[in-house]
Amino acid sequence: MPSNVRPLADAPLSGTWSCPLPLRDYPTIVIGHGGGGQLGNELVEHLFKPAFSNDALDRMADSTVLALPPGRIAYSTDSFVVRPLEFPGGSIGALAVNGTVNDLAMSGARPLYLSAGFILEEGLPMAVLGRIVTDMAAAAREAGVRIVTGDTKVVERGHGDGCYINTSGLGVIADGIDIAPQRAEVGDVVLVSGTIGDHGMAIMSVREGLEFDTTIVSDCASLASLVADMLAVTPDIHVLRDPTRGGLASSLNEIAAASGVGIVIRESALPVLPQVASACEILGMDPVFVANEGKLLAIVPPQHAMDMLAAMRAHPRGANAAIIGEVTASHPGMLVARTAIGAQRVIAMQLGEQLPRIC
Amino acid sequence: MKYLAEFRDGDIAQKLAADIRAITTRPWAIMEVCGGQTHSILRNGIDQLLPPEVELIHGPGCPVCVTPLDMIDKALAIAALPGVIFTSFGDMLRVPGSEKDLFRVKSEGGDVRIVYSPLDAVQIARENPAKQVVFFGIGFETTAPANAMAVHLAKREGLGNFSMLVSHVLVPPAIDAIMSAPGNRVQAFLAAGHVCSVMGFWQYPPLATRHAVPIVITGFEPLDVLEGIRRTVQCLETADYRVDNAYARVVTFDGNAPAQALLAEVFTVTDRAWRGIGVIPASGWRLSDAYADYDAEHRFDVGAIRTVESALCRAGEVLQGSIKPSQCEAFGTQCTPRTPLGATMVSSEGACAAYFNYGRFHTLERATVG
Ligand code: SF4
Repeated sequence: MPSNVRPLADAPLSGTWSCPLPLRDYPTIVIGHGGGGQLGNELVEHLFKPAFSNDALDRMADSTVLALPPGRIAYSTDSFVVRPLEFPGGSIGALAVNGTVNDLAMSGARPLYLSAGFILEEGLPMAVLGRIVTDMAAAAREAGVRIVTGDTKVVERGHGDGCYINTSGLGVIADGIDIAPQRAEVGDVVLVSGTIGDHGMAIMSVREGLEFDTTIVSDCASLASLVADMLAVTPDIHVLRDPTRGGLASSLNEIAAASGVGIVIRESALPVLPQVASACEILGMDPVFVANEGKLLAIVPPQHAMDMLAAMRAHPRGANAAIIGEVTASHPGMLVARTAIGAQRVIAMQLGEQLPRIC
Repeated sequence: MKYLAEFRDGDIAQKLAADIRAITTRPWAIMEVCGGQTHSILRNGIDQLLPPEVELIHGPGCPVCVTPLDMIDKALAIAALPGVIFTSFGDMLRVPGSEKDLFRVKSEGGDVRIVYSPLDAVQIARENPAKQVVFFGIGFETTAPANAMAVHLAKREGLGNFSMLVSHVLVPPAIDAIMSAPGNRVQAFLAAGHVCSVMGFWQYPPLATRHAVPIVITGFEPLDVLEGIRRTVQCLETADYRVDNAYARVVTFDGNAPAQALLAEVFTVTDRAWRGIGVIPASGWRLSDAYADYDAEHRFDVGAIRTVESALCRAGEVLQGSIKPSQCEAFGTQCTPRTPLGATMVSSEGACAAYFNYGRFHTLERATVG
């Protein structure tokens, strides 16, 4: 790394990023940034490498050679296409790291390495890309993972939404851990790590220009260290799931189907921020179907439930954790809610996205 | 909105349900006119708390469901035109027309956009002077003031590129039609609080008297609905055929006078076809002559529409309360939210959708949770 380039890993977080020379020559992404020439090299040398710097990446070989600790390997990939690219509480960069880190953590793995593939649209402001990359670096640091390989392509203006990111991740699962959606058992207890629906409503409020009384902030965050604390209570966690798109209801439906059990939740026990509840009410949406990016569902044997709850609440990412229901032998494959007034209803999978209602 | 929990209190709900059981001596059929109430009833399981004698009949008050098929087909035709930005509330996008829905038109290149207010559509028109911006103006008296305001603003600003496809429907003529229909079973109505917050309830006493039917104005939260049902049963048991306002925190007798004045200026009462039901005289609004230039039906040539309704769909009977959605043979088989045959299966307020999404606990054993 040239000595006059400040490593971005030490730079302040998004909002204050300033474009280093010579990236400043081009204030926006041009087609040439995706080619194999000088412009592409400058992007790597002055943006990606300083931001993500680590031994494996800095060698700049065609493929990264990694030493993995003993254990089973968890491997996951996800693509991120959020609009807008920056929103209250995060950005596509933070999402791209936390999303894959959380997918690894949900199998009980300790996330170690990520790849990052960028598809950039011609015209994307360099400053926006800089902030996205800075967010990625910060999220990776917090999650304790290293971004060890990457790729950049540029598409013509009008052929993308500014920036798409794909991340893949590797993690290692210690012996004695077997977390899978098929493992929910009758009598198990269902916990959630905090308030639901925050991310989906935060995106909705900025994307659609809806003005609510208070700003709704995305919960985008890494769950890796929360999972580590939970595994310290017992390695015998049966199921973990981060309820992203489709929300809590879709995840619990999938678990009920995969395990062939019923799940019952108490609506009055679901943690929902008042501003999220109000926004959902106005739009006719149900917070159980709204996306989260920093919450997890845990299904654990009943004898560990209270200790698990205490461990989750002791962690900053689980301060609002709650026991919300249990696994039952009745109605296998279905999710049922006990409503606030003491009746019950089925919560079925939705067809696609929830649409705001008319009145 | 801060006090939502107050209207969902489980203990009070149980007490109201006990009160209803205590005063009910024989079978009663009560119609909730509004689709929002249908959803509240099924989502919260209010029907499960009622004594078996009290039957709730789901009414025609889902604006998406009753929008006639030819209007949907007109919308699809306009939305597919080059140079048009077609704007609508989200619910309308999945409603099946004769051949496709607005989502399909969008995927085929039509510029279809979801908005949250007709005023957003006006803003889109301001920002896109080279395009024709059309808003799909449907709904009951609830959504009408904002739609009227949008057209009013467009005219005041001389926005030549804004127009509205209007298919508004009105509640009182529907109540009149249901009570006049042969074979009617409805003995009382829960009237929609949202509608009455705009219109007041001065239109209802003549209806209650003419048909000897109690009408109770009711909100949407579980306790609102239960209290509405309690008062309705009380009226029925004492043969007291009057209009009762159980939603006084929002609704007054006269309603919102400025809104009503605006509506009277922008709209004119017209006969209106209700999807699945047929034409109900004087049951809708169209743009008044002063605003005829802003009528999308005039602006675009969409006369040659041929509509084909599903032969299996019994949504009309569902909307009039003569069958429950689960009594339709296609329910849950040929007709699901993925393959809807009628609008009542896709609208967020549709009775078929409510039964499909929430109602299947009828087939479950009672699950136990503390
Ligand atoms: S279930 Fe489907 S086909 Fe039957 S009435 Fe409802 S919408 Fe029509």
